[in-house]
Amino acid sequence: NTSKLKQEPLSTHHHPCSCRSSSIFHLAKKSVFSQIGKTKKMTLRLRSSSWKSNLLKILRHNHGFGSASHAARHLRQKPPHEPTLRVSQNPISRFCNTMSEKLSSIGEHEDANTQVMDFPGGKVAFTPEIQFISESSKERVPCYRVLDDNGQLITNSQFVQVSEEVAVKIYSNMVTLQIMDNIFYEAQRQGRLSFYATAIGEEAINIASAAALSPEDVIFPQYREPGVLLWRGFTLQEFANQCFGNKSDYGKGRQMPVHYGSNKLNYFTVSATIATQIPNAVGAAYSLKMDRKDACAVTYFGDGGTSEGDFHAAMNFAAVMEAPVLFICRNNGWAISTPTSDQFRSDGIVVKGRAYGIRSIRVDGNDALAMYSAVHSAREMAIKEHRPILIEALTYRVGHHSTSDDSTRYRSADEIEWWNKARNPLSRFRTWIESNGWWSDEEESDLRSRVKKEMLEALRVAEKTEKPNLKDMFSDVYDVPPSNLREQERLVRQTIKSHPQDYPSDVPL
Amino acid sequence: MSAILQGAGAATALSPFNSIDSNKLVAPSRSSLSVRSKRYIVAGSDGTNNKTFASSSLIARRSDPLIPNAVATKADTAASSTSSKSGHELLLFEALQEGLEEEMDRDPHVCVMGEDVGHYGGSYKVTKGLADKFGDLRVLDTPICENAFTGMGIGAAMTGLRPVIEGMNMGFLLLAFNQISNNCGMLHYTSGGQFTIPVVIRGPGGVGRQLGAEHSQRLESYFQSIPGIQMVACSTPYNAKGLMKAAIRSENPVILFEHVLLYNLKESIPDEDYICNLEEAEMVRPGEHITILTYSRMRYHVMQAAKTLVNKGYDPEVIDIRSLKPFDLHTIGNSVKKTHRVLIVEECMRTGGIGASLTAAINENFHDYLDAPVMCLSSQDVPTPYAGTLEEWTVVQPAQIVTAVEQLCQ
Repeated sequence: NTSKLKQEPLSTHHHPCSCRSSSIFHLAKKSVFSQIGKTKKMTLRLRSSSWKSNLLKILRHNHGFGSASHAARHLRQKPPHEPTLRVSQNPISRFCNTMSEKLSSIGEHEDANTQVMDFPGGKVAFTPEIQFISESSKERVPCYRVLDDNGQLITNSQFVQVSEEVAVKIYSNMVTLQIMDNIFYEAQRQGRLSFYATAIGEEAINIASAAALSPEDVIFPQYREPGVLLWRGFTLQEFANQCFGNKSDYGKGRQMPVHYGSNKLNYFTVSATIATQIPNAVGAAYSLKMDRKDACAVTYFGDGGTSEGDFHAAMNFAAVMEAPVLFICRNNGWAISTPTSDQFRSDGIVVKGRAYGIRSIRVDGNDALAMYSAVHSAREMAIKEHRPILIEALTYRVGHHSTSDDSTRYRSADEIEWWNKARNPLSRFRTWIESNGWWSDEEESDLRSRVKKEMLEALRVAEKTEKPNLKDMFSDVYDVPPSNLREQERLVRQTIKSHPQDYPSDVPL
Repeated sequence: MSAILQGAGAATALSPFNSIDSNKLVAPSRSSLSVRSKRYIVAGSDGTNNKTFASSSLIARRSDPLIPNAVATKADTAASSTSSKSGHELLLFEALQEGLEEEMDRDPHVCVMGEDVGHYGGSYKVTKGLADKFGDLRVLDTPICENAFTGMGIGAAMTGLRPVIEGMNMGFLLLAFNQISNNCGMLHYTSGGQFTIPVVIRGPGGVGRQLGAEHSQRLESYFQSIPGIQMVACSTPYNAKGLMKAAIRSENPVILFEHVLLYNLKESIPDEDYICNLEEAEMVRPGEHITILTYSRMRYHVMQAAKTLVNKGYDPEVIDIRSLKPFDLHTIGNSVKKTHRVLIVEECMRTGGIGASLTAAINENFHDYLDAPVMCLSSQDVPTPYAGTLEEWTVVQPAQIVTAVEQLCQ
């Protein structure tokens, strides 16, 4: 009986699965959209006649298309160990409904309570009870943490071991980031910088996540992750150069402060638009997968960014493409003045992963050790199993959104103070490394004074450094400046010649 | 073999603003580039770039009303396959597919992404057969989110791939405007040149046969302002393949506009490897009396009108501008300096379309050479109606073109 089914010839009639056979299709002769109506009619006809006999007909018909590769593609039984680049054998089968090979399941279960139906994606059990899935589960998804509020290791905690060297480096970088942020912020307040946005309170997310990655992993940041660059070796001078937009800035002075980018450190230039980097990251992951590299793409965004359409589409894409990408959400409670209660009504961001078929975890973002372990494990899964992972790191945005914001206008100073003191990521981690004998007060004060001195020097030098040349206003729009841009540059220079007093003195011509 | 050299050297030879030629910014340098590609141009430019335009005096032209010779369209279809001993005939969508396939063979980084481009072969069959040949990963079927897959393409491009992103209909790319404007156009600049985005964004646009308002958009109007991107429009199988290949090889993001109704055009194209310069316009029919600038589908309406005009004794010069951003002001300028009258025929809406920008550019640059105001025939500022009869009237028809020429040439 089964052999007869397999020899079923390819039929050209429309059937109610989502595929459109190639016979339909002719460009300008017929509108592509007229065929959709026909498919709909087929589905309606199905319901009116005996469903079982029609279903059997369809199953037989589709099973003719079915092949091992087709089933393997759609029914994901287990993750492949060897990352294979699959090419579907039969082009039509890829489109058809996912039908199980076991036709015998139909017709056997006469008992209404155990009837199952094959639908796209697999078998679905029926239920005669009318039950809505609750909008929220009784308990919130638990948060993974390893160090308690006082920096003590929680008993029976699972975590990835870090060596003394790595732990000290993580802590030192967290301190450096904190000092850098404070000094740049003050510089803006003093009028030396035009703009700045701090990452105060999120140092653990920045540094610990970066520490768990490899230098080949490509980073797509939002704008509150300079710590990742810092970890990878971006110097304080380089940060200052970008903030001052001088001629040593790799961005050639074209972007606002904080919009860093470094191709040699695999950190993609910050684009101010919210969440646009998320689909970019999926694309990069797809590229890495095609090149079979031992690396993944990592993208960061805030709780607010998850409301953007790009976040949802990118998550969906990553799952469908099986792209090795880490989605790290810094849930810091605020999107400028919008609290998370006004941003979404789900249990944070972690529950959204399941909706897209993505493995997810909620981590204590202020626990450097937990962050490190989570990102480390996620990275391994992403690369080995070719899957995206969602990490929601719970934290708090201690600073204002940026220097253009005064957050005391929409939240209490007490709340800010509490997170800064009681939940400070630096003090927790410091307690832990000190308890291991890896750090001391002396090293702390040494580090702080050294970094502060280096920062002030970097500021001084960056401030004095010449700005980029006027020609940099017109270069890099294209690979080679076209005639209209050359003409426009000529006009600008002409205007400057006739009005030299209006031209800034620190921009070389 | 010159064909191979052309292909290999294409990456640098493409831009007419190559530093090698920058010393000679007048006609000779442009023609030296176009001469190389000229040999393969079938229905396109002849040696016009080399001619001096002082052949007929100004006075003679003004007083001499009509040239009474009934010379039919010059160098239009008759001179096909001039250089190649054997060409092969194919339809426009096949030419696009051929160009795409050749580039994918040539460079393993070229990949395709879009809705239904994989095993379905694309809504207009431009990617037919590619998924079978190159695999699911290089010809990627995406879920329905234009902004996301355009963003994906940009991210992939920044990491070394060369994606060809297909919008099923250009109108859908409105959803991708954020990624195209903010990331695609800008990131090369804002990163200080550290990251390049060599994507090609392509798809069918324009008014079709009763596709409805939402599927009859002219996106070139909206995109033309975005700095950092290039836009080209193909109109024949020859230039479709050439532009596709050139766009893929370009380091800049290029938007390639195809037209829904032109996919079934048949033409014989050369067998050997060739590309079309992205910034160059195509001389369709040289003439003396008036310059008609057009692109994409309107080229055919113009050529139809040209037949009528020739019978009436006019000698129109028809140029398919091909490059929508930047305009090939060199070719256009030389033509304006010869004929002194310009008619632009486009499918865009009257407000803010390519014609509007082109009118401004011509007026600004060649004002002294114009004997009459630049006239622009465009679609009305209405959403395209579904009713066939009404739809026909939103698109410029040959009869209107003939009337406009007669008016301009009085």
